[in-house]
Amino acid sequence: MLDATPKEITDRKSGGMINPAKTCQPIGAMYAALGIHSCLPHSHGSQGCCSYHRMHLTRHFRDPIMATTSSFTEGASVFGGGANLKTAIKNVFNVYNPEVMAVHTTCLSETIGDDLPTIIKSADVPEGKLVIHANTPSYAGSHVTGFSNMTKGMVQYLSEATEETKKQQANIIPGFVNPGDMREIKRITEAMDIEYIMFPDTSGVVDSPMTGKHEMFPKGGTTISQLKDTGNSKATYALGSYASADAAYHLERKCKIEPIVLKTPIGIKATDEYVMALSNKFSKEIPKSLEEERGQLVDIMTDTHFHFHGKRVAVFGDPDIVIALTEYLLSLGMTPVHVLTGTPGKKFEEEVKEILAAAGIEGSNVKAAGDLFTLQQWIKNQPVDLLIGNTYGKYIARAEDVPFFRVGFPILDRSVHSYMPIVGYKGAMRLLEMISNALLERQDRDAAEEDFELVM
Amino acid sequence: MKVVVKLDSTKSKKKSFIAERSESISMKGHQKSQVKCDTDSVAGSMSQRACVFCGARVVLNPITDAIHLVHGPIGCASYTWDIRGSLSSGSELYRNSFSTDMKEKDVIFGGEKKLEQAIDELVDEYHPKLMFVYSTCIVGVIGDDLDAVCKKKSLQYGIEIIPVQSSGFIGNKAAGYRAACDAILKIIKPEETTSQAIIERKSNCKRVINYLGDFNLAAEAWIIQGYLKEIGIDINVTFTGDANYEALKKATDAELNIIQCAGSMTYLAKKMEELYGIPYMHISFLGIEDTKESLRRIAHFFQNIELEEKTEKLIAREESQIAKTLHWYKQQLQGKKAAIYVGGGFKAISLIKQFNEIGIEVVMVGTQTGRKEEYDTIADLATAGTVILDDANPSELEQFMTEKAADLLVGGVKERPLAYKLGVAFIDHNHDRKHPLSGFIGAVNFATEVHSTVCSPVWKYV
Repeated sequence: MLDATPKEITDRKSGGMINPAKTCQPIGAMYAALGIHSCLPHSHGSQGCCSYHRMHLTRHFRDPIMATTSSFTEGASVFGGGANLKTAIKNVFNVYNPEVMAVHTTCLSETIGDDLPTIIKSADVPEGKLVIHANTPSYAGSHVTGFSNMTKGMVQYLSEATEETKKQQANIIPGFVNPGDMREIKRITEAMDIEYIMFPDTSGVVDSPMTGKHEMFPKGGTTISQLKDTGNSKATYALGSYASADAAYHLERKCKIEPIVLKTPIGIKATDEYVMALSNKFSKEIPKSLEEERGQLVDIMTDTHFHFHGKRVAVFGDPDIVIALTEYLLSLGMTPVHVLTGTPGKKFEEEVKEILAAAGIEGSNVKAAGDLFTLQQWIKNQPVDLLIGNTYGKYIARAEDVPFFRVGFPILDRSVHSYMPIVGYKGAMRLLEMISNALLERQDRDAAEEDFELVM
Repeated sequence: MKVVVKLDSTKSKKKSFIAERSESISMKGHQKSQVKCDTDSVAGSMSQRACVFCGARVVLNPITDAIHLVHGPIGCASYTWDIRGSLSSGSELYRNSFSTDMKEKDVIFGGEKKLEQAIDELVDEYHPKLMFVYSTCIVGVIGDDLDAVCKKKSLQYGIEIIPVQSSGFIGNKAAGYRAACDAILKIIKPEETTSQAIIERKSNCKRVINYLGDFNLAAEAWIIQGYLKEIGIDINVTFTGDANYEALKKATDAELNIIQCAGSMTYLAKKMEELYGIPYMHISFLGIEDTKESLRRIAHFFQNIELEEKTEKLIAREESQIAKTLHWYKQQLQGKKAAIYVGGGFKAISLIKQFNEIGIEVVMVGTQTGRKEEYDTIADLATAGTVILDDANPSELEQFMTEKAADLLVGGVKERPLAYKLGVAFIDHNHDRKHPLSGFIGAVNFATEVHSTVCSPVWKYV
């Protein structure tokens, strides 16, 4: 498959990508916008962008993904897209009637210099309806920063500090994770008996149940009144600094709410940190049910630790996921040899190196703004026992004959994943099961007849 | 005969339409028979269409030993990475995703330098004979001179580096097909183009044809190649399924071009007729009737009795092999209703016939980029009351599927979950399909797929 990839690593000065480990901002913005109840994401650019984003999200979530486009033609790209957006706003509220329309830009509308706030202000928005926006040029950042920008846009447009004293309630920004993860984060927070507002919240939107009817706007999503009320909360928990921190800091500036930036709660340590941060701030005891889950996790980690110890792993994907996952792999006794994200940002490299150093691991390859060509070359030179990443990792897994399991976005060739959490103690158990299955299945497959065993 | 529902009354019932779109929807038997098509989508509509770049990329990408370099920000390359599922008998180079990953700096100062560097590195890394450089929206706006860069690098390395003018906003997917065909024309241009040379080449031909508009999804091109070989006709080049540089260079050796996907390849066929005197013929290998007719017409072209006999023998054998199976499916599926929403008009036409072959009535037909003459044919084939629509959006699809009580939708990626949510069965007739749907074996696969979804026990639980 990717057998043409050479082993010899040469310097690539162009900054060009071979087999990208990221995609562009607008799709992240579209996904975040789906996390507002009765919101129609709108892509301000040519048709292809909107079509690709809907297609990709549809493949990952296997649910209808609704979004509209400004349908740019040559005229729009010469005279500006203002007229297109105004027509779009009129048509969207007339026909689809959402509560809110969340516009994100594309490389095209950014380059011709469309001034979104001005266009939106002069557009005919029906009484009681809202149009919000985020700037998401595709030539900067990645899908993760696009998610972050739209989440920040929600704060900019909607959050209001209306109460004199802050409410005993937490804002939770879950980051670019699956609806299953969002449900799990909510379950943990509820188990702690803490009031909260999660935004964006795509659960109930892209994992909506089958009813035999197609709902244009399913039940899920953060409501407008909740989004407004985020300005009255006591603290904001930003889970994953890349996808969530900007919105939390903006809430601090706008409504004086304490930002608490944590890792995405993947693995035992990051989940502990989330639970403890909730417990401390809201003076709540950790409930028996969570203690029991944690105890079970430690129990199975003990039961299986010898399967993992010293195993060499390559992991790639979105920075928030990869950082937390690296920490978890280390806690299982594994050695992350190659750690890569496509999203740019030096902070990633620093953070991962710190985590590796704390565990006494030296000499690993760590890279932000990398691509899968680089990752494959690394693996050719320093082989691993396991590869973890999104669907595109399957090409490398096949070419290099490495066991592989899928985590992250997008996963286009497997189903059910978006319903099953990888966060929290339950998620850590599931990860552990997936990792050991991948390793042990390979061992079974490769075992000589005389070495084939019932119990492993 | 179905009851004809008046379109205007359905319109007032539910507000799913954008007023500007009413001309794009019609109903067989209703007075307004001509569907407005080939227009730009309305801003704010949930069009299922893609862009010019997408059209160019899906047509060219199956060329296996080429580097397909997308000049633009990362998204365009990411979303089109290996989406076509075209199989290769040789190189797998086309299954990589190459992008210049333009950044803010490139947008401000121009991306030509970065493009040159990227070409240098890729030539150094892979030593290709052929490279396509696709322009994207942003390249069209900032005005990078793709032609000049490609020409310069082409001369420097002595390989073919072909610019593909596919800025996303300069039309819709159909404009991208044309850009792809223009790129192909640059490659297949023979070194000597005098008419004498072409005549000489043709006199050497031995029943050799080009197969246009098959992208070898799930090995479909290979199936057709097998049938033709058996009756004594060789496929010279397939555009573009499993095509490679060497093959493309021989493209003008053919005596005939046959076209499966009319939307993407008619332009190329016309050009090849104009430039090299190669006649063309529209065929279809979707469904038994179309397959039989197509084989006969191809054989007939060569005016050779032996060929035609062999064709009849093949048809008789293949048909008898599948007759019993198809009959069983037809019994199972009789009376079910299907809705169609596909990319091109020609495919929709084939599908109507194919559904009829297995006892299914078509109650809704839509396409993304169908042309006027195709909609005319669709209107002829359709039964009274069938809804015909161009560039439909999900709300419209939903409304008509529900209204017409369709049991099945045939469409692409984005339509699948929509159908499922409505409790309607679905089959994929787009890039994602995993089973060949061409030829006699394809007809069986089609029936199997329809049966597996329409008759699934899952619908009992909805």
